[in-house]
Amino acid sequence: MTANNNYITELVERYGRGRTSLMPILQGVVERNNFISDLDMTEIARELDLSAAQVYGTATFYAFLDTVPRGKYVIRVCKTITCDMHGKRRIIQTIEDMLKIKTGETTPNKKFTLLETNCLGWCHEGPAMLINEKPYSGLTPERVHDILHEYMNL
Amino acid sequence: MSDTKLKRVDLIFGEYSNVKYKVLSETMKRPNEEILEDILESGLRGRGGAGFPTAMKWRLTAQSPSEEKYVICNADEGEPGTFKDREILTRVPRKVFSGMAICGKVIGAQRGFIYLRGEYKFMLPELMKELDGYNEHAKSIGLDFPIEIKLGSGAYICGEESALFESMEGMRGEPRNKPPYPTTSGYLGKPTVINNVETFVNVMMIMRLGAVQFKLLGTTDSRGSKVFSVSGDTPIPGIYELELGMPLDRFVDEFGDGDTKAVQVGGASGFCVPRKKFKDTVIGFEGVPTGGSMMLFNSSRSMYHVLHNYLDFFEEESCGQCTPCRVGCQQLRKGIQAVKKGDKQSHYLDQLMKLSESMKLTAKCGLGQSVANSFSSIVYNFKEEMIY
Repeated sequence: MTANNNYITELVERYGRGRTSLMPILQGVVERNNFISDLDMTEIARELDLSAAQVYGTATFYAFLDTVPRGKYVIRVCKTITCDMHGKRRIIQTIEDMLKIKTGETTPNKKFTLLETNCLGWCHEGPAMLINEKPYSGLTPERVHDILHEYMNL
Repeated sequence: MSDTKLKRVDLIFGEYSNVKYKVLSETMKRPNEEILEDILESGLRGRGGAGFPTAMKWRLTAQSPSEEKYVICNADEGEPGTFKDREILTRVPRKVFSGMAICGKVIGAQRGFIYLRGEYKFMLPELMKELDGYNEHAKSIGLDFPIEIKLGSGAYICGEESALFESMEGMRGEPRNKPPYPTTSGYLGKPTVINNVETFVNVMMIMRLGAVQFKLLGTTDSRGSKVFSVSGDTPIPGIYELELGMPLDRFVDEFGDGDTKAVQVGGASGFCVPRKKFKDTVIGFEGVPTGGSMMLFNSSRSMYHVLHNYLDFFEEESCGQCTPCRVGCQQLRKGIQAVKKGDKQSHYLDQLMKLSESMKLTAKCGLGQSVANSFSSIVYNFKEEMIY
């Protein structure tokens, strides 16, 4: 075991070695590193006595279990119907302009990733987005501006 | 006019009784058969959308011989236009825990789980605090039924019960073949009751008010009240608890913006009802059922755009396991694009309708089967918008 993935041992000790622990472990890795690397997956497989393919299979199934590097703050803008109707495009445009990246990309300083996602459950207050796990609804370009500025200064 | 007003109800979000977990403690002393009789008598049907009779589900699971059984609360609320489960879990979580514990007693389960969608992870700190309170209280009254929270990770399909079990077991969220049903083989292959968040609260309300009182609300086929998530082109979006079995025209009178051309009942997997049918459409199991999602569209909206958005959604959220759904969703989306662009003649839409019907018959789970609901109701009622 290499020194830099002690966190996997910790997660395995916290949740156990059964297959039912796989989701919480993968979620734990994303929470810490914002994505699950190939090395993480093989390490988890070894710890849980699974094949790496099984871990890869589960990890790649879920939209929120990222398997490519993401920024420190992952912005997920809801693109489902009511958010779309209420101005999702302007929200995306604002974020793209501010961060100077396109949807799907990560800023060069690895701070932000901008993604679109399916229904977040804020249809009555759309448009909505998540920044990591925190939801923001009732968005306007002005509000998005203020919110992002806060994160930029973090 | 007062008779056009919809009947507002305040059961689900009503205040807790003044003694902590009073109804739960009282119900724990009642015989299981009596509890089941009450639920049966109330006519309660599952609130997730499918509407399976709750008493029957519980009885079948109670009768399944096994040392190990589970109660699972499905809080993987992912249907576009639905956000009521979050509201319930935020405002009255104890009612949910109590409903689950009552279920545990009736079916003989030792543990309960809440499967919370990953999008609602921000709720965890508050919910865990409430849950700790419940677990402590349960211990203090000698109730051996701990409840735990499992988190999803952004997959709509995991709201399908067998996909949810798979996910909890650390697998890809791919639905299983049925039968066997969860009543005999659910989580970890053990008999499992899986109900929607709201269903558990309804059970609590039946225990508190009695079946007779509960039955006063709603119609013969749709008993009780329902929490509706109202969104889209409405001046008053939000959460409303209303009596089941109401006509859609009255709903639109109350929630519409005066220019409503269609209402999507039951989310992207539900039905789109055009203005001319508002009068004859009943919201409930005898008419158009809904898990609570009500999205209103006014005449400024392109129904082609709406359908396209749904199909994008299904295409991405299809688990890809069975061909009718994996390929079908894609082809439907490509098909309407081709018609719109003029690459295909308008009668190609009939072919697409047939394809959606095939998906209804052959897809493995509810996702692929229900794409036809919105597809055919939109294409049929707004054909000209699909073409021009």
